[in-house]
Amino acid sequence: MAQAQASAAAATGAEPVLRLSGITKRFGALVANDAISLGLGRGEILALLGENGAGKTTLMSILFGHYLADEGEIAVFGGALPPGSPKAAIAAGVGMVHQHFTLGENLTVLDNIVLGTEPLWRLKQNRAAALRHVEDLAARFGLQVESRRLVRDLSVGERQRVEILKALYRGARVLILDEPTAVLTPQEVESFFATLKTMAAEGLSIIFISHKLNEVMAIADRVAVLRQGRLVADFPIAEASREGLAEAMVGRAVALPERSRLEPGAPLLRMEGVGLRGAEGKVSLENLDITLCEKEIFGIAGVSGNGQAALAALISGLDAPTAGRFEILGDAIAEASPGAMLKRGVGRVPEDRHATGVVGDFTVEENLVLEAYGGDRFSRFGFVKGVALRRNAEEKIAAFDIRGADATTATRSLSGGNMQKVILARVLDQKPRIILANQPTRGLDVGAAAAVQALLFQARAEGAGIVLISEDLEELLQMSDRIAVLYHGRLSAPVPVEEADLRTLGLMMAGHGTAEHSDEGRHAS
Amino acid sequence: MRLEPRAHVPLWLNLAAPLTAIALAFLLCGLLIAWAGAPVLAAYGALVKGALGSVFALSETLTRAAPLIFTGLAAAVAFRAKLWNIGGEGQLYAGALAATYVGTGLVTLPPLLMVPFLFLVGALAGGLLLLLPVILKLKLKVDEVVTTLLLNFVVLLFANYLLFGPWKDPLAMGWPQAAPIIDEGVLSPLIPRTRLHSGLLWAVFFAVAAWAFIRYSKWGFEIRAVGNNPEAARFAGIPMGATVLRTALLSGGLAGMAGVCELAGLKGYLTLDISPGFGYTGIAVAMLAGLHPLGVIAAAIFVAAIYNGADAMSRAMSISNYLADVLTATALLLVLASVLFVRYRPRLR
Amino acid sequence: MDILEIFVSLGFWAALVRMATPLIFGTLGELICERAGVLNLGIEGIMTLGAMVAWMWVYQGGGLWSAVLVAAAFGALFGLLHSGFSVYLGVSQHVTGIGITLLASALSYFAFRMLLPDVTTPPKIDPFQPYPVPGLSELPFLGEVLFTQSPLTYLAFALVPLVAYGLYRTPLGLAVRMVGENPMAVEAQGIDVHRLRTGAVMLGSAFMAVGGAFLTISVFDAFYIGMINGRGWICVALVIFASWRPGKALLGALLFAAFEALQIRVQQSASAFIPYQFFLMMPYVLSILAMIVMSRRAAYPKALLVPFRKGER
Repeated sequence: MAQAQASAAAATGAEPVLRLSGITKRFGALVANDAISLGLGRGEILALLGENGAGKTTLMSILFGHYLADEGEIAVFGGALPPGSPKAAIAAGVGMVHQHFTLGENLTVLDNIVLGTEPLWRLKQNRAAALRHVEDLAARFGLQVESRRLVRDLSVGERQRVEILKALYRGARVLILDEPTAVLTPQEVESFFATLKTMAAEGLSIIFISHKLNEVMAIADRVAVLRQGRLVADFPIAEASREGLAEAMVGRAVALPERSRLEPGAPLLRMEGVGLRGAEGKVSLENLDITLCEKEIFGIAGVSGNGQAALAALISGLDAPTAGRFEILGDAIAEASPGAMLKRGVGRVPEDRHATGVVGDFTVEENLVLEAYGGDRFSRFGFVKGVALRRNAEEKIAAFDIRGADATTATRSLSGGNMQKVILARVLDQKPRIILANQPTRGLDVGAAAAVQALLFQARAEGAGIVLISEDLEELLQMSDRIAVLYHGRLSAPVPVEEADLRTLGLMMAGHGTAEHSDEGRHAS
Repeated sequence: MRLEPRAHVPLWLNLAAPLTAIALAFLLCGLLIAWAGAPVLAAYGALVKGALGSVFALSETLTRAAPLIFTGLAAAVAFRAKLWNIGGEGQLYAGALAATYVGTGLVTLPPLLMVPFLFLVGALAGGLLLLLPVILKLKLKVDEVVTTLLLNFVVLLFANYLLFGPWKDPLAMGWPQAAPIIDEGVLSPLIPRTRLHSGLLWAVFFAVAAWAFIRYSKWGFEIRAVGNNPEAARFAGIPMGATVLRTALLSGGLAGMAGVCELAGLKGYLTLDISPGFGYTGIAVAMLAGLHPLGVIAAAIFVAAIYNGADAMSRAMSISNYLADVLTATALLLVLASVLFVRYRPRLR
Repeated sequence: MDILEIFVSLGFWAALVRMATPLIFGTLGELICERAGVLNLGIEGIMTLGAMVAWMWVYQGGGLWSAVLVAAAFGALFGLLHSGFSVYLGVSQHVTGIGITLLASALSYFAFRMLLPDVTTPPKIDPFQPYPVPGLSELPFLGEVLFTQSPLTYLAFALVPLVAYGLYRTPLGLAVRMVGENPMAVEAQGIDVHRLRTGAVMLGSAFMAVGGAFLTISVFDAFYIGMINGRGWICVALVIFASWRPGKALLGALLFAAFEALQIRVQQSASAFIPYQFFLMMPYVLSILAMIVMSRRAAYPKALLVPFRKGER
């Protein structure tokens, strides 16, 4: 009921709560937002859809005052919003929940929520009143969370609730949610959507940033599509179709590389009952069984924080198992050493390109030999061979189509896709028998993602076995030969991709259907 | 104001920025001179004359630059690997102590071997001293800034104990000083009738060697990678522990050689004032040089010139020679800011 | 004198409380800076500056309490300079701190020499006299140890609960704790991260300067070159030892002062066996040991040493 009214209101332009007019933002030569105009009605859920890099987050950061627009104006409840001031945005009733939570881990939930809501120079906090208000809000919107706990002890879903409570506590009437479902299981998403509907029914207006078509179709009243900084579509959800939205998002049809059928060969990597006791606050692995064969892609599904980092650390050589047997090409692994893993023929594509994948201030030619500088090819008598580095870089830049760089460019200035190509060029140069690909396409646009996938398929065709860790179920279904689900540090039995479907995988990701899960409690990430 | 990263840095900016900063430092300290009631230009004139105005002045400046090159290199090499070694002063004394131990009669070698031997012993002592805080950092994550700083005081007190106690030279008429280094170990003079000695050549040699090592060697590659992004370096299989330990030995070793340089080149025997804070000034030298080993040579000569010139100036016009410390510190801070403006473009909103 | 005699002597306990005072000021100051995410290695120089400025103010005819304020103001000024580099420009906090220490001590010595060019022995001033708290000072033992001290000592002890209350029970303190954990969270609330950090560094630096001033206008009556003698660095170690908590900082300062007070007394009796230099080493060696002991439990503020730039994440 309330929603129908709200949509009607938005459509007729009655009671608009927010209006963006002609927002333009440039970063150097890049136009991140190009004259974007958008409106939002009371009680409306607007989905802002677009690929990575389409300009969604930039637009919302301008709305919330993190960035300054080069051109354009914002009006909230009819009044002009002063640019570049989060404070003004909050005062006007705009609340934002970032994709990366902005919480202080060693502070309590209540501390996190009340921060900045009282005049800074007041000599006393009214904690009792604050607590009451938080509990009222939590009850009214169905956002249960214990106020006295430290944030570091909360699960991801709970942290998200704290973020939303933070915005509501400040009287937000327009709520911006940046990719809120990325960290949730499909089942958590369902209950989260129910909460969103409640909030909209209470008169909140919501902007929901996403690149997932299914979710947009399920929750939004209206959808706006951004592509390369431009607003390319803006219509009620009733008029939208999956296909139409997909085309609007991508602009051109990109053919994703397809998996060919290959007969798996000899086993390369084997884990039997492998366990890893995590450091304090980290998820442990228990009793993992994996067999990876030649010419096979073994997909690892799961919501982030269920042990993916620990599994990747094992295969990368950053950690050694504390239980069970872990074999690479028949040799048991007892000690942690990235160098030893490299020597055994394990190529590793890390999860975080910037933090772990490259040395930002090193040149492209140096990063290309980061794992091979010590060998005869690139050094002699303890000195690095500059000429060999340069020649290698020129070959790789051509072969892997690395753009916007020459051999001596500082690697940090590369785009995500090109940086990933540098990493892949480095990894594949070693002719690895086993490849760990941890979130290899995250944050890449469709074109770059397709290129990365094609390179992995090619390595597989040449005989490598690949462990693919991804949070993107569609990517896993597209690329893997077998898929297993990681939940609470335990791995389900692998399923051939032909027998896997989104629904069952989703259930397993939420902890239903794994063979030996026993604890139903939420895990701390 | 906000800062945006520059995609390309023009060469002129790279050179002009620190020079502007240094000019600004002189300008600001001119205010201090004026406050002290002296004519600013005449004072700076006396400073320049005292630093570079004659063969003798120049020789004094270069003499002072030699230990600063060593301690500057020590800081530059360590900071490159993000190893915050603030213990140059203690390592300098450790080097001097060790060289005194072996060089006052315990070991006698022909001159051609004795000098390198003293440098080696001094380097080992300095390197080993830095090893302790570095191992604490690696094994227990104890912050090395504070431990290296505190060790300076410990080493100095230890030297104090030795010079007032067991090592006190009975022939020194009650002064706290050790027996002289044997003649074979003394660094040869470079220019007659000046104090300039071959320690300067050793210093320049090690600066060039350190530059080649950092820039072209395998281990240098590792040091740069670890300093720039330790997580990525570890992931790529670069041996972290070994790299940091190597850096520590190198950095501490260079600082230890500064002690040998002063001991065997200038004084001839160990005293408690063998270093007027060369270890700390070395940090300023390294920063002024942008952590570049070859730049350290220029920066060390520049800083030595300021100190020498300030001494002359204070004799001529009764301005305290602490002005040199003020000038160096001001230049250090302003150069830090200038480096930032080279990497980032300031934008007014 | 044997050890037991020392522990029952009034003089030892009174000296302990007195010697803890500069450490309390310094450690609280450093703690406030680090809670806000800024390591302030300028402490050694700022304490030197505070010592010089306060002494000079009194020597030139100023009052003792106004000298404390002047020292605090100079400390805050150098805190402002520190944050200009470390907070606004985002220069490495290590290097900035060393630079500030070099500059502040050099300026102190320069000014001292320029204002008193012709003196060979440092002139003396009339320092703070112990102020017996009416009533309380007549308590047996405690009266002399705790309540017959310099007014600055009372101030230092009073600051401990005040700082704790400020950090844990006021909106501003909450913001300071948060800015050391996650500056994005503070920025997202429309609070200026840079100004908040700058304020914390200025306040902390003012505390440090008062700690230095205590030495010249309360304990001693003159200013010497090199008189801070590593006390600032010890405070940095004490903050780690205290796990960034004001109460534990007080405990740490008292513990160290105890060793210092003990050292002087044992030195006199034991110098026949152990050279006095080894007693003088004790505070430095103990600081290192304290850091080793606490290293496993050290829970650094998450954003310590990390510069914050708007729009960069």
